[in-house]
Amino acid sequence: MTEVTLVQAVNRALRTAMSADPEVLLLGEDIGVNGGVFRATEGLLKDFGADRVIDTPLSETGIVGAAVGMALYGLKPVAEIQFLDFIYPGFDQIVSELAKFRYRSGGQYPCHVVIRSPYGGGIKGGLYHSQSTEAYFAHTAGLKVVVPSTPADAYGLLLSSIFDPDPVIFLEPKRIYRTVTGEVPEGDQRVPIGRARTVREGTDVSVFAYGAMIPPATEACQAAEADGVSAELIDLRTLVPLDAGAVLASVEKTGRAVIVHEAARFCGYGAEIAAILAEKAFFSLKAPIHRVTGFDTPFPYALENLYLPNAARIRQAIVDTVRAG
Amino acid sequence: MRRKVRTVRFLAQSYNRPPAPSGWALSFVPQSVPGRVVTAASATEIAPEDLGPIYRTMLLARSLDERCLAMQRQGRIGFYAPVMGQEAAQVAGAWALDPADWVFPAYRELGVALVRGVTLDELFDQFFGNSADRMKGRQMPNHYGYRDRNFVVGSSPIGTQIIQAVGAALAARRRKDPIVTIPFFGDGATSSNDFHAGLNFGGVFQAPTIFFCQNNGWAISLPRSRQTAAKTLADKGVAYGVPGVVVDGNDVHQVFRAVREARARALSGAGPTLIEVQVYRLGAHSTSDDPHRYRTDAEVAEWKKQDPIGRLKHELIEAGQWSEDQDAKLLEEVRAEISAAVTRTEAIGPADPLSFLDDVFATRTLQLDEQRHQLEEMLHSGLVKP
Ligand SMILES: Cc1ncc(C[n+]2csc(CCOP(=O)(O)OP(=O)(O)O)c2C)c(N)n1
Ligand SMILES: [Mg+2]
Repeated sequence: MTEVTLVQAVNRALRTAMSADPEVLLLGEDIGVNGGVFRATEGLLKDFGADRVIDTPLSETGIVGAAVGMALYGLKPVAEIQFLDFIYPGFDQIVSELAKFRYRSGGQYPCHVVIRSPYGGGIKGGLYHSQSTEAYFAHTAGLKVVVPSTPADAYGLLLSSIFDPDPVIFLEPKRIYRTVTGEVPEGDQRVPIGRARTVREGTDVSVFAYGAMIPPATEACQAAEADGVSAELIDLRTLVPLDAGAVLASVEKTGRAVIVHEAARFCGYGAEIAAILAEKAFFSLKAPIHRVTGFDTPFPYALENLYLPNAARIRQAIVDTVRAG
Repeated sequence: MRRKVRTVRFLAQSYNRPPAPSGWALSFVPQSVPGRVVTAASATEIAPEDLGPIYRTMLLARSLDERCLAMQRQGRIGFYAPVMGQEAAQVAGAWALDPADWVFPAYRELGVALVRGVTLDELFDQFFGNSADRMKGRQMPNHYGYRDRNFVVGSSPIGTQIIQAVGAALAARRRKDPIVTIPFFGDGATSSNDFHAGLNFGGVFQAPTIFFCQNNGWAISLPRSRQTAAKTLADKGVAYGVPGVVVDGNDVHQVFRAVREARARALSGAGPTLIEVQVYRLGAHSTSDDPHRYRTDAEVAEWKKQDPIGRLKHELIEAGQWSEDQDAKLLEEVRAEISAAVTRTEAIGPADPLSFLDDVFATRTLQLDEQRHQLEEMLHSGLVKP
């Protein structure tokens, strides 16, 4: 076990998968010679060659479409989209093709592509280097959506994603690429897709978050202790398939829920969590569900700190929810 | 990405059939594929013995069109996109392939499907969406695929298969499989993002792919001139470093030759070719379309003179190998075969009502399990009916 950053954990997982299986290959913009603009693929070209670390033309349609064709043929392509904000030229290939191949062929053509992409704000990236649009993908039947928040999860979940039989959108919280460090195992040690992680246990309120919101949510839960509140923090980790059992069990215990994401609120992923709680845990709820989210605007550049949920807002929501009933 | 130059050795082995005998007579085999291919793998001309089966397959496609259009009007199938006018292009184009090559079709590739050995029963199972349908009743008619025939399942969005075929070609090359991939698409598709991405990636990576563009003059109501100001669609290859060729798609020989040459080129490591196959869509775009809104009968009549089926028939009769009498008999035979397939497949029950919740993922998620259970209850109580 060694201490690494989140982006280094991604790099290690790619290396482990490529060493274990010659059919794993990478494609994307600037991932070869340059090692990726965030250095996620650093050193891989040298060790695995240009046949397996493929610098592509600047075309997300091409990256995703080619990856789909490779996967149909049986390879395990891992495509990098440089920023989630630039995935839209490839959106049709993801939504119309990747997500539907198994289904529309009656099971004849599985299509296991992993699409890795840095997402989220807090890096002074403005409208087009900051978005958190996981809900588009979570809304599309046939895609798994994974968002790690620690190096260990980035490592173990990426390995699971690469060897999963289904397509996976793997969203990497770029804001904490280098700010969180932790130990990652050696070798092919996977973290299962579809299971939430309890970051801290508590009895008064359940806080649900993922990705780059885990650090401020953790801070908020700790701070809420000073307010006499015991908050439980659940890192969802996998948005699809959702670990609904973990969500419900926590709220059945605490009776209260705060949902945190940096994406816009309206029809955001938190709306689904709130709906599930309203449908299935209504009689356990002691207070209205509270969402702490980004605003229903494009992502602002100069005022991004106002847009993004911070520990203070989350703490306030936790306290308000507990005081509400 | 450089790769070793590959020879066609493997292909010669995979065919490994005796050369065509010199004195030939047409033999019409009942299903196209099993009896096909006398033509040697490396030949650029169709062996005379293959012309019979090619003609039969074209006639079968034409007759299927007639039957399916009628059945759509009778409400027995929901939709149909006819291939009429493109039979020579599709059958001869597919004839030039190795069975191991990967076909990426659009929705109008009936002639290709027949050559790949997709049976009439399989086609009608799909059109009816019955319980035998390999697609499990999930797709509109004309959207099908059969993995064991290397005929990838198609979709409706125009052009998406073009770049996918390039990806599959790169995968095949990585595995050292000596095959080509061949996306089939229309003139309209040459305006799509995926055409651009496909040609561009194909050129950059020298993919063993044949871009088979059937320019049938129309993309629903828009004429070819509305897709590009380029003189020919084949010209569009130039900017991608992909050679483009134009062939008369009503001539089986020209199409066959072009595909064989492109195939040899692709397998030698010299990269992809864009083939513009000039044909004409003699029928409507689909059963939902009324072509009178945008084109004249005179235009259609002009193109009918070049009907690919009439043209090959004429060639065969001229060669003393065929007669109108035999032709009438063959047509009868083909129609009877279709009728038998319709009778068999129409009797098969509908897809299992719960099956549409499968194959979203490799295994059902808890959410899908729950929804399946809810549907089961709704079916049970009569709240919903298939
Ligand atoms: C991306 C997309 N846009 C629009 C449509 C609707 N549409 C279906 S077929 C078609 C025309 C296609 O023309 P062409 O590529 O020439 O193929 P053809 O139908 O002539 O075989 C259109 C616009 C579609 N299926 N996909
Ligand atoms: Mg057309």
